[in-house]
Amino acid sequence: MTDKGLFIDRVTITLDGREIVSLSRRVAPGVVLTVMGPSGVGKSTLLAYIGGFLDPAFTASGRAFVDGVEVTALKPEDRHMGILFQDALLFPHMSVGGNLLFALPAGSGDRQERLRRMRQALAGVGLAGLEDRDPATLSGGQKARVALARVLAAAPRALLLDEPFSKLDAALREQMRELVFSKARETGLPVLLVTHDEADAEAAGGDIVKLGE
Amino acid sequence: MRKFALSVALLALGTIAAPADVMKPDPREWDDVLEKARGETVYFNAWGGSQNINAYIEWAGEELKERFGVTLRQVKLEDTASAVATVIAEKAAGRETSGSIDLIWINGENFAAMKSQGLLMSPGWAEDLPNWSYVDVESKPTIRTDFTIPVEGLESPWGMAKLVFFYDSARTAVETLPQNADGLLEWAKANPGRFSYPQPPDFIGSSFLKQVLIEKIGNRALLQKPVDEAAFAEVTKPLFDYLDALNPLMWRSGRAYPQNYPAMKQLLADSELDVVFAFNPAEASSAIASGELPATVRSFTFPGGTLANTHFLAIPYNATAKAGALVTANFLLSPEAQARKQDPAIWGDPTVLALGKLGAEDRARFDAIDLGVATLRPDELGPALDEPHPNWMERIETEWKRRYGVGN
Amino acid sequence: MLTRLGPLLAIGVLTVPVAFGLAGTLLPAFGFLPVLGGMRFSLAPLTALFAEPAIFSSALMSLVAGLATALVSLVVVMLFTAAWSGTRAFARVQHLVSPLLSVPHAAAAFALAFLIAPSGLIARVISPELTGWQRPPDLLIVHDPLGLSMMVGLIVKEIPFLLLVTLAALPQVKPARTRALIASMGYGRVAGFIFGLWPSIYPQIRLPVFAVIAFATSVVDVAVILGPTTPAPLAVRLVGWMNDPDLSLRYLASAGALLQLFVTAVAIGLWILFERLAARLRDRCALAGWRLRADAPVRWSALLLMLLSGGAIFAGLATLALWSVAGLWQYPDVLPSSFGLRNWMRVLPHLAGPLGTTLLVGLASTLAAAIIAILCLAREDEMGHAPGRWAMALLYLPLVVPQVAFLFGLQLLFILSGVQATLTALVLAHLVFVLPYAYLSLKDPWRAFDRRYDQLAAGLGKGAWRRFLFVRLPMLTRPILAVVAIGFAVSVGLYLPTVLIGAGRLTTITSEAVALGAGGNRRVIGIYAFLQMMLPAVGFAVATIVPALIFRRLRDMQV
Repeated sequence: MTDKGLFIDRVTITLDGREIVSLSRRVAPGVVLTVMGPSGVGKSTLLAYIGGFLDPAFTASGRAFVDGVEVTALKPEDRHMGILFQDALLFPHMSVGGNLLFALPAGSGDRQERLRRMRQALAGVGLAGLEDRDPATLSGGQKARVALARVLAAAPRALLLDEPFSKLDAALREQMRELVFSKARETGLPVLLVTHDEADAEAAGGDIVKLGE
Repeated sequence: MRKFALSVALLALGTIAAPADVMKPDPREWDDVLEKARGETVYFNAWGGSQNINAYIEWAGEELKERFGVTLRQVKLEDTASAVATVIAEKAAGRETSGSIDLIWINGENFAAMKSQGLLMSPGWAEDLPNWSYVDVESKPTIRTDFTIPVEGLESPWGMAKLVFFYDSARTAVETLPQNADGLLEWAKANPGRFSYPQPPDFIGSSFLKQVLIEKIGNRALLQKPVDEAAFAEVTKPLFDYLDALNPLMWRSGRAYPQNYPAMKQLLADSELDVVFAFNPAEASSAIASGELPATVRSFTFPGGTLANTHFLAIPYNATAKAGALVTANFLLSPEAQARKQDPAIWGDPTVLALGKLGAEDRARFDAIDLGVATLRPDELGPALDEPHPNWMERIETEWKRRYGVGN
Repeated sequence: MLTRLGPLLAIGVLTVPVAFGLAGTLLPAFGFLPVLGGMRFSLAPLTALFAEPAIFSSALMSLVAGLATALVSLVVVMLFTAAWSGTRAFARVQHLVSPLLSVPHAAAAFALAFLIAPSGLIARVISPELTGWQRPPDLLIVHDPLGLSMMVGLIVKEIPFLLLVTLAALPQVKPARTRALIASMGYGRVAGFIFGLWPSIYPQIRLPVFAVIAFATSVVDVAVILGPTTPAPLAVRLVGWMNDPDLSLRYLASAGALLQLFVTAVAIGLWILFERLAARLRDRCALAGWRLRADAPVRWSALLLMLLSGGAIFAGLATLALWSVAGLWQYPDVLPSSFGLRNWMRVLPHLAGPLGTTLLVGLASTLAAAIIAILCLAREDEMGHAPGRWAMALLYLPLVVPQVAFLFGLQLLFILSGVQATLTALVLAHLVFVLPYAYLSLKDPWRAFDRRYDQLAAGLGKGAWRRFLFVRLPMLTRPILAVVAIGFAVSVGLYLPTVLIGAGRLTTITSEAVALGAGGNRRVIGIYAFLQMMLPAVGFAVATIVPALIFRRLRDMQV
């Protein structure tokens, strides 16, 4: 048995004594674990707990490890969990390039090097040359790609996906799934996907956990 | 915060810090005073309701800064009594040095209160100021006796005041004007709603009450002494009979009063009032110059005399910048500053100096002043009536408030 | 954690000055003031107070002014919102009235006085043609013994305040849907609103209404400018005693402050009683099913009153501005016979000091208030819940306790600790009043911020400080600058705290304006009141223009 990947160790989340989530799983690098359930069942609380921003109204126990590091013992900013929400949530006060530069780790080279890596990350999602654009002027698909490039630029340990495709139209959704999962495989990141869409789970290809049944 | 907590403890214990002893600046060692004054900031507490006066003080501040390195800051008061209250509060709190007030524009009851409670810098210093040599002590007795109280050098004279009436010659014929208090009452009967006086305890309002008191009282000698409580009601009956008759004939039927002289001035300009009065003979001319009153306004006084007094500068016993305050008082007494003050275009406040004691150059400054169309010449001002003992003012104000200040 | 300091600081700023101030005021009321030799408790100060001539008339005047001001302004706001909310007219009037919120009370009072006095602009416009008044009529309008013009002066200022708090509460009750529902049952617009929506709006604006009552029962500056003088309202007489050279009058002033506290408490008590009666009346009408459809007269009068109150201040402010550049301006001329900058040139050199203090104290207190408010809100985020009812009530403490009642004591304590008339003391005193407004106006935009941005940035490896500085702060630039503008406007308008704690050494445009107001020089008052009005306006302009410039190339950061 190896330490690589994401290990969810007996994580239990309750609200007012009612159990919402109870899970123990291993997710290998490059592999997707899909958590499914109808909306309102509280499946996003699992992501929130691992990401470090669970609402204090909930109580949770259990631990999560990535590559042998217990991330649940760390501050949110030290966990390096890349998150994608259903909205792209690009920072409206920064240009597209600014969004990516903000995500690049501080120690990643001088100004020239950072600019180069920013452009490379944009090109990696097929948006080369858009760095000076105002995020508000991008199309929905472009925004989603920038959000993906941004999360990858921060060199995360794992990806937490919270219904990331649900707001895209059908054709785009197809493309984005393909892009996200292939990027995860390329970079060898374990992925935790929360969704209510069967098609997401199918495209992800990994194990499926069903909540609220 | 620690200081705060400490003083709460002080408040609770009622203890008072012991006064520290400090060396006084001595005006007889003037060079020494000048040296000490350099770099000091003088907080000058002065009534701030008139822009002319504020501008004049501003000018003095600039000159003091340039010539003596003294910074002058005017603390604009609505009522000089609040400065007195501050010194009293500081004394109560044990602040025997580094008080917040360095110089006060003062006279009459406030001077009497501070003198009797030992709140003034002493011994007397005013007559040791270099510019004292020009002061007209001979023909201006109010310079050494402030409201019957001997000054004893505890305050330095700044300006002269005399009650003078103003009217608009475009609306009111000169031959109809009253010649004394009784005449004024007759005039008010003929012109209801066109006369008023500022609500006592406003200084000018109280002065009007004193003018009437002096005219109506049987024995004027009584006013040189503090009020005799037993006789007060009887002695002041003519005054209050007069006011009972006058008030309903006044502006707003006596149900409201102008707040002070500048408010009356505005009412004259608005033609709400026909006769107003001030404590400065040049007031009307300077108001005409500044566009606040029409050019047809003229002055008059009562042939039988009107109230006159001197206003002064005093230094509290716990002032921080005593040397700076002395330098300021001396500068304000200089022929240059006094001449500027007398110019109606600047302020129009009559000088306390004797022109005969001045050199030719300084005299020329005074001769060059255009007193303006509405200002009476010194020989037209009529006799001066002496201020009563300050105690009278307090008693009359209290009685006035009780009778008229509370509505019906 | 730094954020823990937020609530502590807030509670400290809101309660400590009020508590210590009240103690410093109340102990002397019972004869206890050791520095003046008062070591034993006695009822002598209270006896002396009740022996003051016409003290009950003064107290009654304050009581009536407080209740009448609150009642009239609330009814106008309620009827106007009922009749017009959701329409374009409503939006227009809202835009017209909102800027009035930032006009200091004293400036508004001067504006009104310049308008309605017998020699004011209205009389000039209609004279002598309509009235035959060749000279101003001898009518007691300003300073009238019933205090009517004072109440009008307060009402025109409180209407914008209550309208804005009502507007803030309105969206939470989903007015459009409820209105449609009630209309479908055949209720008139006004009646439907009062029966269906007002009961859930009113509890949210109840504390602001109390603040209005407290302010109006104890106001000093407006009362000095417009109020009766024979006798003056209670708070004005208190300040007079406080400044009397006779120090023993401090006992009397303290006893008066106690009476003031009582008057305000009685006013609020009576108001609560009135609330119950009004609610009962409303329920009776609602349960009887009164449709009250013919409400056109009510609707139009509500609009008229609203426009009149806003228009009066605007017209008055224009008159003030005119006086500031007027040469000789005699009755009944509608315009001055000459104009000039002479008045300004004379006043300008004296403005630097007060203007500097106004800016410094305004900015410092607002900055401190904004920081404390942000810390509190950040702490709430950490705790995961908003503060409870008591904490919210605490926020209104300095607004509901009459200013005079605790500022006297605070002044005394400041004198004793030797920090009176220092900038720090003045900033602290202003902070007490600025903080509630800063918190109240920041809380909604802060809570509306999408916290997923924060979570996302944490996922990108950014610590709390970087998240705050690079994500939340820039994204909230606009609301935070708006808060600064509001706080600054509050500080600019503060009169009594400036006068008592600044002790005449530190003067602001507002304290100078009221002091000069006593001088009655309309040209000078015009200049100061004009500046009073312009300072907050400049603040709001900066708060609008700066973010628009910084983010001019980022569409989602525009309004």
